[in-house]
This record gives sequence, C-alpha cells and structure tokens, in this order.
Amino acid sequence: MAKKEKNAEEVTFTPKGTGIRTNGEIVRSTELPDPTEKKHSDLDLSDDDVVDMFEQMYLQRRFEERAMQMYQKGKFGGFLHLYMGQEAISTGTTYALNDDDDIITAYRDHGWGLVRGVSPKEGMAELYGKETGCSKGKGGSMHFANVDEHFWGGYGIVGGHIPLGGGIAFANKYKQNNRVTACFLGDGAVPQGALHETLNMSQNWGLPCIYAVENNGYAMGTAVHRHSVGEIVDRADGFNMKKMVINGMDVLTVYEKMKEIADDVRENSEPWFVEIRTYRYRGHSMSDPMKYRTKEELEEYEKLDPVARIKNYLLDEDIIDEDKVEEIEDSVEDTVMEAIDFAEESDFPEKEALYDHMFAEDDYPFHT
Amino acid sequence: MAELQFREAIRAAIDEEMSQDEDIFVMGEEVAEYDGAYKVTEGLLDKYGSKRMIDTPISELGFAGIGVGAAMNGLRPIVEFMTFNFAVLAADQIINHASKARYMTGGQVEIPIVFRGPNASAGQLSATHSVSYDAMYAHFPGLKVIYTSEPADAKGLLKSAIRDDNPVLFMESEQMYGLKGEVPEEDDFTIPIGKAKVKREGSDVTVVAHGKMYHVATQAAEKLAKEDVDVEIVDPRTVKPLDIETIVKSIRKTNRCVVVDEAHPFGGLAAEVGYLIQREAFDYLDAPVQRVTLPDTNAPFAKNLFDEWLPSPEQVIDAVNTVTYRK
Ligand SMILES: Cc1ncc(C[n+]2csc(CCOP(=O)(O)OP(=O)(O)O)c2C)c(N)n1
Ligand SMILES: [Mg+2]
Repeated sequence: MAKKEKNAEEVTFTPKGTGIRTNGEIVRSTELPDPTEKKHSDLDLSDDDVVDMFEQMYLQRRFEERAMQMYQKGKFGGFLHLYMGQEAISTGTTYALNDDDDIITAYRDHGWGLVRGVSPKEGMAELYGKETGCSKGKGGSMHFANVDEHFWGGYGIVGGHIPLGGGIAFANKYKQNNRVTACFLGDGAVPQGALHETLNMSQNWGLPCIYAVENNGYAMGTAVHRHSVGEIVDRADGFNMKKMVINGMDVLTVYEKMKEIADDVRENSEPWFVEIRTYRYRGHSMSDPMKYRTKEELEEYEKLDPVARIKNYLLDEDIIDEDKVEEIEDSVEDTVMEAIDFAEESDFPEKEALYDHMFAEDDYPFHT
Repeated sequence: MAELQFREAIRAAIDEEMSQDEDIFVMGEEVAEYDGAYKVTEGLLDKYGSKRMIDTPISELGFAGIGVGAAMNGLRPIVEFMTFNFAVLAADQIINHASKARYMTGGQVEIPIVFRGPNASAGQLSATHSVSYDAMYAHFPGLKVIYTSEPADAKGLLKSAIRDDNPVLFMESEQMYGLKGEVPEEDDFTIPIGKAKVKREGSDVTVVAHGKMYHVATQAAEKLAKEDVDVEIVDPRTVKPLDIETIVKSIRKTNRCVVVDEAHPFGGLAAEVGYLIQREAFDYLDAPVQRVTLPDTNAPFAKNLFDEWLPSPEQVIDAVNTVTYRK
C-alpha cells in the first residue's frame, strides 16, 4: 500500500504555546470553579477562626516576602520556591483537618510548615541552614518538617513523596487510629508514574488518603495543558475514585470542601483525588525569568489574591475593623523580623552534625 | 578554535550532529520552549522545530523509555535529564532495557541513545539533588559513561557519544556550564570514548580526577607547585570504558597516586581505580594509593556542612602529602 508522505512540518509532539491563557481563551484544567457562597458562620467557623485564618495566611505571605529579600541579599543559598498565591490551600486544609491528621507535600512547603507548627523562627533558621532550624539545617527550604504535629515534610523529587502519603495512610488504617492523610502534589507531578501506581493501590486497599493536586498552572516553565492531557481531576475516573475540583483562591471554599472530603474519608476509609486550582505569583524558584506567562495573566490572578480576599471579607462582614487589621499585620511583621534576627544569630550546625541523622544508632561505622 | 562556555560547547556538539542527521532529536524537561533549564539547548527549538526539540512532562521513566524504544526503532535520541538525580526514576529503562536489549535479543536491536544532563551536586541543594551517578551506571555492563571537565572534551566526547551505536550516559555539571575554554570548531572534531588525558605534566605524584573534581585537583596542584611538589593530573574523561593504561603509565613515572572523586567512597570510581592500580602497577608504587571522596553521608543543606562534605583542594593536598610522605 502506498503511503502518503507526511510533510516534516506537520509532525510535532508537545503542544505549543507558553501561556495558559492565550488570546484571553481559557484552557482546560485552569478555569477556577466558583468559590463558596457560604459565610463563615454557615461553616461553623467563629469570628476568631476567620481572623486567625487571615493571620496565618498573612504570616505565610510576609515570611516569604522577607525570606525573598534576605535571599536576594545573599543571606542564604540553595533553592527558594515561594508559595505566594497558594496560601488559602494550606490554611483552609489545616483548618479542615484534625490536628493529628497527617500532611505531606512537595518542596514548595513553607506555607505548609508555618501553618502546621513550624514556628517562623525555626522556619527562617532552616532557610539559613542553622542548627535551630526545623530540620536542624539539614534540609533547607525544600525540607521543612514538623513530624510531632503530623507534618511529614516537603520532598524534592517531583512525585516521589506521593507513595509516602499512601504509606502514611496505610499505617493509619493498619493501626485503626482514624487519622486522615492529606498528600499534596503539584500539577507537574501528575504525569509521574508514582501517582498512578499509588492511586490504584489506594482505591483497591481503601486507604484513608486525600491526594490533592495544587494546580497552579505551571510546572516550572511548562503550562499545565502542555504537560498533561484532559482535565487533571479526571485521572480519578480510571480508578473509580471520588473526585472534586476546588477553587484554591478562597480559604473558606478550601475549608468547606476539604472538610467534607476529610469527613467522608474518615467515615468510609476511601481515598479521594482532588484538584485545587490556584496560581503561583512568583517564579518557579529565584532564577526564573518567567517568559512563559504574560504580565496580564499574572495581574488577573493578583486581583484574586487569597490573602487580600480574606482580609476584605473580615472588613466587609464587620468582623474586625481597619485598625485591628493593621494591628495584626504589624504584629506579624514583628514576628517575621524577630525570626530573621533569630536565624541570623543562630549557630551553624557543629561539624560533627554531618554524621548525625544518618542511622538510628549513633555508633555506625561510616565507610572511609 | 573558539572560546566557548561549557554549555555552548555542548550545544555546538548537539547542533552540529543534528544538522547532519535527521534522525537525531532532543527530548527532556524544559529543553524546547524554555530553552533548557540551564540554557544548554537555547535556540535549538527555533532552528530545528518542535518535531526534533521535544518538551516532556515530568515523567523520567516514561520519556527515557520512549527514547530507548525510539532508538531501537531507528532514531538517535538525545534524552536530557534536568539532573541525573532525577534519572534515578528512569533507572529501569537505562539499566534493565537500554543496557540489555541488544544482548538478550542476540544482537537484533541497536540502541544508539545518549542520556545527558548535570551530575552530582550544585551547591546547597540538599540530599536528593546532590548525588554523583557516574560510577553507579558504570557498574552495569552495556553502558558507556562519560563525565568531562572542560568544554573541548565535552564537545568532542558528546559528538562521539551521539555517533556511538550504544547507550551512552554523558554527564555535566550545573556549576561548570559557565566555564570557558578553547574549543575546536571543525565539524569532524571528535574525541574517542575511552581515552584519558594527561592534563598537567608532573613527576612527583599522579592525581586522577574527572568532572568537577578535575578543577579541585588543579587548584591543589597549583598550590603544591609553590611548595615544589610537581603534580601530574590525569583526567579519565570517560569513566567506562576506563583508560587505565594512561593512569598506570603516569604512575610508572611518579610512583604515587591520589584519586579525587565526587562520589561516596564505597564502590566508586576511586575504589575501582585503586584496585586496578594495585593490580597493574603494584611494583611501581612507593605508597598506598589515597583517595579523596565525599564522606559516607548524604548531602547536608547548611553551608558550613556542605563545604565540609564536598572534596576540597586542601583535602587533595593532604592526600598528596600522605603519599609523598611530606607531612
Ligand atoms: C523527578 C524530578 N524531575 C524534575 C525535577 C525538577 N523540578 C523541580 S520542580 C519542577 C516543576 C514541578 O512543578 P509542579 O509539580 O507543578 O509544582 P510547583 O513548582 O508548581 O509547585 C521540576 C521539573 C525534580 N525535582 N524531580
Ligand atoms: Mg505547578
């Protein structure tokens, strides 16, 4: 059979186009679902709860803004992946879960740490690589952790921690302790095999775990539609798994939906696959020229700033007034500045610490 | 000759080979529209189009294997890993498939593929982003492994790797991409795989060092020269097949050897070279071979610990002092 010669020009592989919104057209997997219409009181949240949510979110924001400045001044090195724009997710989720429910995430982890008991001091000291850091200066920005409070840490191999989340859930089911695990991953981790293997086992074994994608539109410089086909959330269908898409720019929405889901997981010991749509305000790390997106797109999402949104909610609902907001902001600012002083004044780890935390025993015969 | 950055030398090798052979294509994370995470492939999308410059999702196992399959079926892929630390996810395709398919099909398939990207550490990136993988892959029969230290070697050896009909792992370093060097410009400039090079002549001690560690060895040699210690540096360039003859030849002259390696001590290149030296040059040695490697620990984040962890010129000097019984 004679075949038609294909013109070389016609053959192409990866979809083209950098921005997720080209010519104002909204591409799949990025459209934000509507936020909840419920007020905090409908969600059983007190006034104090919402004020605290704002404070938590503002702390994450200021912590990172200041960390960024310190990084630019050369105070510490390594990677610095900023969570700015996504704070509603960490905060809403943490509120929705019980204190002994488990959280694990990827390397964009500062917000998660701060909202799950890593103090600003310990967090900043970790960025500086000081022995007073939450991970003793061993991990840096990518590896915040507070295992005592069930925050299992941030992990730097894309997709690598997803099975760990499944394993934490496995242990919880095994011990019948009624804890729920929330395993967060980036949209960029969706194409990793580890996710699909884990989802299959989780559904088959009834693991009490929420696999939640923080879809911020990009994996490094690759827009989500260029790395993943279809709607991300539909991955759940192949596993017969419960699923939901959530607006991640509104903390009350994240809280409402994640609470529903966590309740269901706890009751039925069945996993969920959740896609939380959000936006990353800063570059991937600190050396990203951001040519893959337009200024207009960024500005459009800045109008949806989750921190400003909850602040406005507090004011609009007359929960607190401008003066009180200012007072909170000032006190957060003080906290962050104290954290910087603390980090700067803290010591680097002792030389011997190089060999600490390698093995359970402290007399392991290291190879030379 | 042209003065090129390391990244430009690699790009030139890829570009020259792609322009001569339609079956060569590049695949990896951020290689096309982003121009490469470290700008190695900058401009190649414009030149070769999206058929031959292919952005992949973060699916190392999948795209490495797609590369192997495409190579079996007549193409010549260059698969870029953002770093070899992430190629661990693709190890099944490299170790179980690329290295073995020719053998287990009795020679029916050919796998002309290059896996390339930065190897080892690049500053304070913590434990999962700092491992040196050349010796690990060299352990497996059926793979060639290259880890070069200078732009000219990189260009010449990468061109050979692309032309080679076997799977070749070609390793680089984030920290060397900006390094400049004189690079031959002729289209047919290649360096044979498996040939070491004596890069500094000396008579007192042989220092074997490749990749980033070559530069650590050079710094040490310069300091030692001020103390009238005359260091010869041999850069293996290719880890496998290893050119032990050139190393042994040097030792016959100097009678002393220090191996510097950016890997952990157990079972690394330093271990292998040390064994081969005692087998091939035992009678020529005036001192036991010493090695400078990473310690047997993961990479720490903290600056002071990281500096302690990474082999330094001072450690090389100490080792040279030991084999020369100076101190
Ligand atoms: C296995 C692996 N491959 C590649 C990388 C390099 N890398 C780090 S982050 C990243 C993008 C991940 O994007 P996403 O999952 O969407 O998370 P986000 O940065 O948006 O939070 C890449 C490619 C890595 N760390 N691990
Ligand atoms: Mg993302």
